[in-house]
Amino acid sequence: MGSNMAECHPVAFRWVMKGKEKGGKLIHIDPRFTRTSAMADKHVAIRAGSDIAFLGGVVNWLINNPRWLNSEFHHSYVQNYTNIATLIDGDFKDTEDLDGVFSGLSEDAKSYSGKTWQYQRDASSSTAQDQIEEKNYQDMLKNRLPGVLKSDPSWQDPNSVFQILKRHYQRYTPEMVSRVCGCSEEQFLAVCEMLLQNSQRHKTSAFVYAVGWTQHTVGVQLIRIAGIVQSLLGNAGRPGGGILALRGHASIQGSTDIPTLYHSWSGYLAAKDVRRSHDTLKEYILNESHTTSFWSNTPAYTVSLLKAWFGDAATPENDFGYGALPAITGDHSILPMFVLMQLGGVKGMLCIGQNPAVGGQNAEFQRQGMEKLEWMVVRDYFETETAAFWKRPGVDPKSIQTEVFFLPAAHAAECDGTFTNTSRLLQKHDKAVDPPDDARSDLWFTWHLINRMKQAYANSTNPRDWAIQNLLWDYLDEGENRKQGWSILDEPSADRVLREINGYTWADKKQVPGFSALKDDGSTACGCWIYSGVFPAEGLNLAAARISDDYVSPGWGFAWPANRHILYTRASADPAGNPWSESKKYTYFDAAADSGTKDAEGKPVIGKWINAFGDGIDFPTAKRPDAPADPTAVGVAWQPGTAPAILRQDGKFWLFAPSGTVDGPLPTHYEPWESPVNNPLYKQQRNPVAKNWPVKGNRYHEPGVDSAAYPLIISTYRLTEHYLAGGMSRWLPWLVELMPELFVEMSPQLAAERGIVNGEVVTAYTVRGEVQGRALVTSRMKVFQIDGRTVHGIGIPWHWGYMGLAKGDVANDIVSLVADPNVTIHEGKVFSGNLRKGPRSKLAPQLFQDHVAQDTSSEITADDVRFESYLGDVENS
Amino acid sequence: MTKGMFVDTSVCIGCKACQVACKQWNELGEEPSHFEYEAGLPSKPINFTGDSYNNTGSLSAYDWREVKFIEQGSVLAGNMAWLMMSDSCKHCTHAGCLEACPTHAIVRTDLGNVIVQQDVCNGCRDCIAACPFDVISFNHQTGKVNKCTLCNDRIHNGLETACAKVCPTDSIVYGDVDALRTQAAARVQALKRQGFNKAHIYGDTDILGGLNVFYLLLDEPEVYGQPRAPQLPERNLMRNTLTSVASAIMLGVGALLAFRRRGGKKESV
Repeated sequence: MGSNMAECHPVAFRWVMKGKEKGGKLIHIDPRFTRTSAMADKHVAIRAGSDIAFLGGVVNWLINNPRWLNSEFHHSYVQNYTNIATLIDGDFKDTEDLDGVFSGLSEDAKSYSGKTWQYQRDASSSTAQDQIEEKNYQDMLKNRLPGVLKSDPSWQDPNSVFQILKRHYQRYTPEMVSRVCGCSEEQFLAVCEMLLQNSQRHKTSAFVYAVGWTQHTVGVQLIRIAGIVQSLLGNAGRPGGGILALRGHASIQGSTDIPTLYHSWSGYLAAKDVRRSHDTLKEYILNESHTTSFWSNTPAYTVSLLKAWFGDAATPENDFGYGALPAITGDHSILPMFVLMQLGGVKGMLCIGQNPAVGGQNAEFQRQGMEKLEWMVVRDYFETETAAFWKRPGVDPKSIQTEVFFLPAAHAAECDGTFTNTSRLLQKHDKAVDPPDDARSDLWFTWHLINRMKQAYANSTNPRDWAIQNLLWDYLDEGENRKQGWSILDEPSADRVLREINGYTWADKKQVPGFSALKDDGSTACGCWIYSGVFPAEGLNLAAARISDDYVSPGWGFAWPANRHILYTRASADPAGNPWSESKKYTYFDAAADSGTKDAEGKPVIGKWINAFGDGIDFPTAKRPDAPADPTAVGVAWQPGTAPAILRQDGKFWLFAPSGTVDGPLPTHYEPWESPVNNPLYKQQRNPVAKNWPVKGNRYHEPGVDSAAYPLIISTYRLTEHYLAGGMSRWLPWLVELMPELFVEMSPQLAAERGIVNGEVVTAYTVRGEVQGRALVTSRMKVFQIDGRTVHGIGIPWHWGYMGLAKGDVANDIVSLVADPNVTIHEGKVFSGNLRKGPRSKLAPQLFQDHVAQDTSSEITADDVRFESYLGDVENS
Repeated sequence: MTKGMFVDTSVCIGCKACQVACKQWNELGEEPSHFEYEAGLPSKPINFTGDSYNNTGSLSAYDWREVKFIEQGSVLAGNMAWLMMSDSCKHCTHAGCLEACPTHAIVRTDLGNVIVQQDVCNGCRDCIAACPFDVISFNHQTGKVNKCTLCNDRIHNGLETACAKVCPTDSIVYGDVDALRTQAAARVQALKRQGFNKAHIYGDTDILGGLNVFYLLLDEPEVYGQPRAPQLPERNLMRNTLTSVASAIMLGVGALLAFRRRGGKKESV
């Protein structure tokens, strides 16, 4: 679901086809019939944006089904590995009680407080009264240990997660699923049956999703509900199970691990934030560490990161340089950044490997934002639409003052480095040839840019320049470049960067074997703790390892963390530590094996966890499966021997999320921000806390009001033949001739209704703009019956723009800037609009002027965007 | 050992990687008829067909592969099917092009593949009419004909064909034809057990002595634009030839008679 894997990830889809050859069943649940559907055993067409209703129906069907309730396997799995029995705060109010919203919604209905979503705890068991002297971070965490969780193993307590789940999803009946999603009850029930039959001791089912799930105002909750379904079915942490997220680029996984994101430093350590208690390193660590999970190791990872950044200048006395780091003030991700740019609040932009003039939502709004920049640097293979925004059709270049620098970029084959793919696998790629002319790698650009900044600020006495002055920036290895025969001698060494990422001891600069060797006292440096172990010794770069087998291939590349390919595999064994079945044997406890560790008296500890296929295990090696929880211990030791999810504070898979989401503890069906359908489930139409920017040039279609003018559901998506915004495909004749023009997919029924003939020019439009393309009339598009009325959808691939060989309108011109409240991802997968015969009326810049002129909506200011004041109070949690 | 390819259309996902790999390895440019060229401007693609996702349109001197997309039924009716097939030269055992070629530019190699020797081809185009699959095409830039060579240079150096190499789902498999036929027969049986009743092999020995590049199809050959019973041109040629020979004899006899009459007249004059 939410993925067109065959088209967008054709190489990975090879393994799906291999699974099918072995008798596996493939179900594709998607609004369109795509190349993936063509390969599926079953395709169920559901209306775009109705996935939570569908999976909510699966939850409801499952937890009321005697075959699930009486299944020894499922009962044992959920009882031990999920929080199904845990009790939630008695003041919690569900959507059932409040007609579509949860307790904690602020008075202005723009944000939630999660206070009533918390677990009930036994306060008497807390060590808080029993304070010890705080000699180190672990002592501090010990003094802050929370009480033991309350639970009801019979699941009967009305505050138990099971009872809350049951109430929350009781509306999601097969009949309701059919009304909301537009599929038949039979289709829905057939999927339920297939899932349950294939999720047993000896069988597992997997969910695969991609941006078809993330690009929604309920994107995070969509993935959450897949997590709930998989936890209930007993598919989490087991081979052939789980939820597989397909990333959109090569190494986009790597760019979140060692991020280009604003809110994370490295290895998912949060960025310093003025809204949180982050004033000192101690406050930061106490706020960001968990007392009762693996995240109790945050102190070691944070201090080692600071040591990697500042080296000798990072000392315990100066908080390892923590104070010199900038702090974020709000949401600085790309959508609010472009709103701010449009409001004149951004001076310059470095645009590397991205083409927002095509890929950005409400793209003309974003291009207008670029006009307000003083300068812009674009690094790419070709002169993209972003680099050429100042001469785009419909604008006068003389009227644009932005100074644009276009720098040619080297290709991956022209530099050393690693890719981190969707399965967290790091693979090295070698430089094959020097890049042509002035083209240089991103590594080269970044290194030289910072190096020049260091020179420029070398003599500054301003304290805020301390971080630039003291940044450890030692990656150049000219000798190695000369030895390899490269003509570019000032290319930094990717190996040196990876060595720092792996981590090393500060005193003797020896690479560490893994993150367990990292310390919180400054004696180790590590650029990204989750990657630690990728380069454990000189000459041993595991990203370059190339030993494959027919299954997990632990000898191929390096899967972070610690070469673990499947996470939480404690759950692949039963509570006693034995494999659930021979066919699904993976990680299990061997009670007779010597763990290799010694107890306090120096005797060997017998009994250890073993993986049958050589995969890494994310569970303490010698921890017995029946080990009781230790309420006085910090970290994973606080959790019992049955708890697989070592990164969660309770070690359990979360059916109910007491924290981590800002829009509710349970996934709930809300209509997309723009929908011609009134929510059949609740009075609450949309996600109440979805991020939206009521700024001129970004009008939305209001539910009910605009449904007559914009009655169609529009989805945007990709094709196999092109790559994203086209920077790597629309300049290549071979690819261009495979998909030469932008087209609009529509059903024969809709085409007939609008008098449209296959192949003719049509225009799709919203209040924000118009997109012209060729009609592709196809029975692969379905006409939906939603809540008793007919609803049509159209689809538009978004690869085209005004540069390159294959030119065409920018599909994103008609998409709005609106986003999921947790992660600020837009809703390009579903919005409302309309369709007519014939070409567009004007060029995009002129249409934008019309749009702005008609816009009477309230205006927000640059500071509103900077501090998100229009979104209501952000809780300091 | 005869080499060939088994193309299992039931696992083809229509990604067209085979088309691109073919062009890359064989250094084929864009198909000129797909673009509009204007001096001083970048070329502009003009080949949107509206025929599902197939904008290649046909095999040509620059497109030695074409992935066909066939839409059947509808999602609304619950019987939607989207068939995909990567089409190319079949390297027939009885190859019409080879037989028709007057200069012996078209030859069969020791591995069984049929190739056009570019330095011998004189561009007469007889082979184009002789191919029952419309595979072979005239190249207006070189004045010769082109088609798939079964990656002649690769397979004679122990490599598989470029298209088979990149195919992510192993829909295109290169190998010994005998082994491939066994593999294909087993696959047909497996698909029939799954309910694909029309699954069959197109290009077994029943067609032109066997197609060395053969297909597993999920529907009738015509659905994929393939002739059900392709004929060698020689059959027609033979009839035509006989007619021609007969006509020639008749003409010759007539002429002789005429001369004779003339001569007779002369004689009589």
